[in-house]
Amino acid sequence: MPTDQLSIVFGALADPTRRAILASLAGGERSVGELGAPFAISQPAVSKHLRVLEGAGLITRSRRATARLSHLRAEPLRDATTWLLGYREYWEESFERLNELLAALQAAGPGEQPPAAMQEGRVP
Amino acid sequence: MTTATMRITAEPGGTLLETQRQVNGPRDLVFRAWTDPLLLAQWLGPRRLTMRVDAYDVRHGGSWRYVHVDTDGTEYGFRGVFHGDPTPDRIVQTFEFEGAPGHVSLDTLILEDQGARTLVRTISSYQTVEARDAMLDNGMADGMEQGFQQLDELLARLQA
Repeated sequence: MPTDQLSIVFGALADPTRRAILASLAGGERSVGELGAPFAISQPAVSKHLRVLEGAGLITRSRRATARLSHLRAEPLRDATTWLLGYREYWEESFERLNELLAALQAAGPGEQPPAAMQEGRVP
Repeated sequence: MTTATMRITAEPGGTLLETQRQVNGPRDLVFRAWTDPLLLAQWLGPRRLTMRVDAYDVRHGGSWRYVHVDTDGTEYGFRGVFHGDPTPDRIVQTFEFEGAPGHVSLDTLILEDQGARTLVRTISSYQTVEARDAMLDNGMADGMEQGFQQLDELLARLQA
């Protein structure tokens, strides 16, 4: 997912009503009326939220008879939550890996390259 | 082995985020691990993500860019510029997530010599208190926090 798409997903997720709609859709497809029921907002307002979610790729919509049904799309949500891995978790894992690298470098001796198995990093 | 874990300091209402973490290696080696892109790519970021360093020009005015690539190919890009020639005493750089252009922090990294170990200190200055708080799990506004708890539950259900 390109990073501008990620921004769109985050924008869509910034609203609590839209997050509640997504949580509701995790239980299966829902009509506009069903999605709006828990909220004190009008059907057009729900539709507006659904358009934002659709634009972010978080839901798809289909028609059955007269009902317009929304379906959850999980992939962009996973991408977004991957990014939400906390600051602390990100750095703690990095520091653990740094300690492992430092141990390997010191075992290899001064001025030597780390073992080939450690050289996974790619630089063009 | 050190049991040191990262200490995070963020004064309420401020824009600074400071961290301290002790690592097992002499200062010069830690500096190398931080400034040699080949080494940096081997430790920075979660193990699950592949690290690709596109640019790492470690000098005054030099730019850097690296990308964390997820297993499904999703890329998370970061970029910035070094300010002042980096030394173990002080690496100053800007930091920007490409998913949020224009939201930049000014980061200072200080490596304190503790013999066989090194104390890594970071000081990040954000543009707003809100931006700083958004970086911290527990600093998020309540609404956001609740929302993301909902998302966690949702993801757990989707993966069940």
